[in-house]
Amino acid sequence: MEQYEPDRLSPAQVAAMRRSLRTGRAGLSRRSLLRASAGGALAAGGLGVLSGCGIPAAGSTQGGVSAEDHSKEEKTVSFSNWTEYMDVDDSGRAHPTLDAFTQRTGVKVKYTEDINDNTEFFGKIKPQLAAGQDTGRDIIVLTDWLAARLIRLGWVQKLDPSHLPNAFTHLSAQFRNPDWDPGRSYSYPWQGISTVIGYNKKALDGVEVRTLSDLLDNPKLKGRVGLLTEMRDTVGMTLLDMDKDPAKFAADDYDAAIARLQKAVDKGQVRRFTGNDYTSDLAKGDFAACLAWAGDLVQLKADNPDIEFLIPDSGYMTSSDNMLIPNKARHKTNAERLIDYYFEPKPAARLAAYINFVCPVDGVKDDLAQIDEDAANNPLILPDRAMQAKSRAFRSLSSEEETEFEEKFAKLTGA
Amino acid sequence: MTTVTEAPPPAPAPPEGKPPRRRGRWTPYWLLLPGLLWLVVFFALPVIYQASTSVQTGSLEEGYRVTWHFAAYGDALSEYWPQFVRSVLYAASATVLCLLLGYPLAYLIAFRAGRWRNLIMILVIAPFFTSFLIRTLAWKTILADGGWVVGTLDTLHVLDVTAWLGWTVGDRVLATPLAVVCGLTYNFLPFMILPLYTSLERIDPRLHEAANDLYARPSTTFRKVTFPLSMPGVVSGTLLTFIPATGDYVNADLLGSTDTRMVGNVIQSQFLRILDYPTAAALSFILMAAILFMVTFYIRKSGTEDLV
Repeated sequence: MEQYEPDRLSPAQVAAMRRSLRTGRAGLSRRSLLRASAGGALAAGGLGVLSGCGIPAAGSTQGGVSAEDHSKEEKTVSFSNWTEYMDVDDSGRAHPTLDAFTQRTGVKVKYTEDINDNTEFFGKIKPQLAAGQDTGRDIIVLTDWLAARLIRLGWVQKLDPSHLPNAFTHLSAQFRNPDWDPGRSYSYPWQGISTVIGYNKKALDGVEVRTLSDLLDNPKLKGRVGLLTEMRDTVGMTLLDMDKDPAKFAADDYDAAIARLQKAVDKGQVRRFTGNDYTSDLAKGDFAACLAWAGDLVQLKADNPDIEFLIPDSGYMTSSDNMLIPNKARHKTNAERLIDYYFEPKPAARLAAYINFVCPVDGVKDDLAQIDEDAANNPLILPDRAMQAKSRAFRSLSSEEETEFEEKFAKLTGA
Repeated sequence: MTTVTEAPPPAPAPPEGKPPRRRGRWTPYWLLLPGLLWLVVFFALPVIYQASTSVQTGSLEEGYRVTWHFAAYGDALSEYWPQFVRSVLYAASATVLCLLLGYPLAYLIAFRAGRWRNLIMILVIAPFFTSFLIRTLAWKTILADGGWVVGTLDTLHVLDVTAWLGWTVGDRVLATPLAVVCGLTYNFLPFMILPLYTSLERIDPRLHEAANDLYARPSTTFRKVTFPLSMPGVVSGTLLTFIPATGDYVNADLLGSTDTRMVGNVIQSQFLRILDYPTAAALSFILMAAILFMVTFYIRKSGTEDLV
């Protein structure tokens, strides 16, 4: 056992210690000198350094900054997407629609699934875009509100309509004119996302739910209701439930919706605010009913017959994930060709059959029916007219509103 | 304290009067360089950057400028003190639980496990082979409302007691403080066991024999010999558990509810959702300072500066 006891040291050790105190490498004088000089430097330079590192303003260059387009010489395009958001073949490695694109055009697609969360991905690309540098990505896929923010900041490029004939003709009416990008000059939707109410028949045990109010008020569901951490989905559904239009509400309406939700949280009605992880809570029956994304419900229903969805009479929220070309992207034309390709009915049908989100492309029904009859008739994938009529979008927010609303919503969720 | 080891035989005295050789004077500094660079790039610079961010004001559109806006600290603290208190409380509970669970296990591995020692060590470390997130999500299955764990606790009326104490809500465990503390305890347990084991394993068994020879009862032996000698392990184990547990936000996010949010959750939402970078940076600094203060106090109190 090694114990440190000075009186048991050998004379040699004692001598060594004395020596090191006076003249050795770790000599006291040098150490104290270093310390003193570091302290002095910190005092003098510290203030200057601190004030030196601000964050530059976002370039407000409307229309974005294009780099020299290398599409001709470099036959490649780099595509960043969310995980499990693309068709896969049986081997699980190849993406048939992407391979077909490469075969036809000779443009190789560097496909990366590096988006897991809008807010985190924004944090990741922000430094480069703010500094006006290339992110190394030609296409990124972001949800409406973040796409709106990037357009507002001038960090994405205007698309060239002459490269997008299919996209222009086949884009479904529901997605044509978001208020943050009227006429789609910067973005095209990859997939649509419907926010509806999901429930677990077994866990409900006969309790009837028809509206969000049932979830927020029925004492039989206390502690077994889930809401989403995505502010626009949860507050949007609440606004609809209160007969307000999420597309044009006032700040007072927002506060009223938050107050309504706060009441339910205080009562212990709401178990948790969740991201994607609500799927396991719902499947296990820890959530009897919750706000849910339609694409997930299609999958969950396939695995568990107890899972059902309902669309309240007041309507449901629709948003989309959008393809954008960030500033300084090297292969803009290739990127536009790839965007356009996914608005052809065949690839669009293949994709819809595989990932089960809302297909933003018109006229895919026949192609989809050939691959999967059920999917073609599922209103969650190809919304019928009645379904489309109930779809509502959340209005775009100014940057002050966004901060204020997110802050109020964060308080509601506990942080 | 007495030691049984013999003093090392006296080494031949070095020749007196000669100064140490000058050759290789700069070698230690060259050897230090990679580590120093690493520290500067990945610790010092980010800290300076954060310190600067915390006193800036502005917005994403207009950019952020240093305006020495120290009020951010006061605002952050007055707004989010409940989350700070909760973080310390949860982390402290988890640390105590880790110590209570980890000490017997480390003791067992060090003194009683015999040929099972390696196997038990592997079992302690094995969870590290899966990701932190997966391990935490597994607890959602274990503690599910309809699961047998919650069912058993409910039948035994344990949940009535914990609900009365405010640790659980109704007849569920998930989305309650108890679940968060359990998750923290589970995730950080190996950080407690490993240092405990290392310091226990170094204790000479002959010390126990000596205590026995001097008519000490097993409990006295533990109190007067084993525990004091394992203090370095206890101190480093508690630090390794407490510090990361205070800043953790995954457990609170996945196993908790709206009223179990910890300061890590606040920092995350300020930084990523609300985009209030100054407040997020100020919160991080307050957290750092608070932990530093508590840890310094703890080390002083436990009197083990040179043992850690």
